[in-house]
Amino acid sequence: MTDAIEKDPLKSAPGSKQGRAASKFRLTPVGWVGITIVGFWILVALFGPLVAPHAESDVLSNRSFAPIGEVGRLGTDYLGRDVFSRILYGARMTMGLALITTLLSFTMGSTLGFMAAVLGGWTDNVMSRVNDAVMAFPSIILGLMVITALGSSLPIVVLTVAVIDATRVFRLARALAMDVSVMDFVDVARARGEGVWWITLREILPNTMSPLAAEFGIRFTYAILFIAALSFLGLGVQPPAADWGVMVRENRLGISFGATSALLPAAAIASLTVGVNLIVDWYLRCVGGQSAEDMLK
Amino acid sequence: MLKLLARRLALGLLVMWVVSVLVFVATEILPGDVARAVLGQGVTEEALANIRERLGLDQPAYIRYFHWLGGMATGDLGTSLATGIRISDMIGDRFWNTMFLATASAVIAVPLAVMLGLVAAIWAETLIDRFISITTLCFISVPEFFIAALLVFVLAVQLQWFPPLAFVDTNAGFFARLEALILPIATLTFAITAHMTRMTRTAVLNVLSSPYIEQAILKGASRFRIILRHALPNALSPIINVIALNLAYLVSGVVVTESVFNYPGLALLMVEGVAYRDIPLVQAIGMIFCAAYVGLNLVADILAIIANPRLRHPR
Repeated sequence: MTDAIEKDPLKSAPGSKQGRAASKFRLTPVGWVGITIVGFWILVALFGPLVAPHAESDVLSNRSFAPIGEVGRLGTDYLGRDVFSRILYGARMTMGLALITTLLSFTMGSTLGFMAAVLGGWTDNVMSRVNDAVMAFPSIILGLMVITALGSSLPIVVLTVAVIDATRVFRLARALAMDVSVMDFVDVARARGEGVWWITLREILPNTMSPLAAEFGIRFTYAILFIAALSFLGLGVQPPAADWGVMVRENRLGISFGATSALLPAAAIASLTVGVNLIVDWYLRCVGGQSAEDMLK
Repeated sequence: MLKLLARRLALGLLVMWVVSVLVFVATEILPGDVARAVLGQGVTEEALANIRERLGLDQPAYIRYFHWLGGMATGDLGTSLATGIRISDMIGDRFWNTMFLATASAVIAVPLAVMLGLVAAIWAETLIDRFISITTLCFISVPEFFIAALLVFVLAVQLQWFPPLAFVDTNAGFFARLEALILPIATLTFAITAHMTRMTRTAVLNVLSSPYIEQAILKGASRFRIILRHALPNALSPIINVIALNLAYLVSGVVVTESVFNYPGLALLMVEGVAYRDIPLVQAIGMIFCAAYVGLNLVADILAIIANPRLRHPR
């Protein structure tokens, strides 16, 4: 798709974006909301299990789907377990898995993308075509097929999501590196006789940092959503582990008669992903970079 | 022009072929013993040999691939491992159920999204643009099952306006069916409208940055007129692409939505197939979804060529 720079051409004036680094990152209300939400969930992931009133698998009461305020703080789930405690435990699982997945997909995608751009020629051609082929799939369909073949276990789910995600990172990293690698300073480095690794790490990486940082946030939310969708379908994280996607699945039958035990973990996921995307949106507005939706695919 | 269209069509077929190879590789050649995967641990060697023969696993991969591809191309989708029923019989009604759900959502979402995207572009960087931008960002970010659960909780349980599950009576009339499906359709509409709105806005603003628009501004044309008369015709082909691309979100949206509402469509069947590791069934439905996806992109390509004279005469 287009590599559009999102700004209003009717209003914006050309001007230097450099040299104003300090004033650039002024916190807008949007940025505040995002950082507060994400900061909150990070604290929960780190310390949640310490403050949780019950263990994640403790059965609190023989009442399933007890409403908020009657048993426990946020009611009970389909087995009578404490929803509040399970959400606290689930933060670590949900965010941890997504973080590992994103780190993996980023390492794979950006390394290969940079290599394709720097090496060029047939290496680039082959890598790009293979990437295009994988991207010709709707990602959830590809994920379902690989899980059918390999079975559903945590390492396989993480790897599958990471590889599918890496194709998006590859495309962005390659496009960014292509832009940089035709710059004069890269030519100078080549003329000096620097190797591929040196050029990649010292010339290209620093100059592609800010779009890649934004992409990291977007891929992180994507990993959360993908893994949660798989868990919801019963193909990702397996019960009895406390994971937000699993919790939605376990309690989904309660939705139709008004139990909140499926709605709450779903809301937890939603607030986290909205929070991350608000930070990305704020960040992109600060650095004047590529719009989120251009990279979201 | 015709030559160009033929080339696009050929390209589409080529992509489908590559997809078929990948589907086959992803489900059958990846490391792991398919026969053992199907039967689970602790089975006898005879049972394993038996299922290998039924699956044709005793033959080399490329022969199995061509056999399978030939079947797909001629409409023979094979037999389900879990039920032993012919896959084409299992799919029948479900295919139309999914089509119904997806089409209804697209018919609502596409005009809505284009309109909102234009509004955001016309009044770019104003409060209304910011509002649309933040709202759509939220809808992009949240999982489909959250939208679904929220809709059910508020509209079906609290207000009791709609049924919480999607019961399908194939004999029911068109409007009765539509009414039964309001919540799933609403879920899907929310999920895809947000993407399309944002990308339509970007596409229009993109065109706005070209020199001829600057000329129009200098001429003193109003902002409204610039967007509708000058920018929109040129933004049409990117918008068409945006729509096709986002209808692809329907595919992933459909998978989750059908599961939430227990709607008897193709995606639900596929998810069940994955749980039973019913490889032929998953392959067949996977191919149908990929074909829909590739087909949508092809249609978008062709419409974009028709909408944009410059693409009609490539250098």
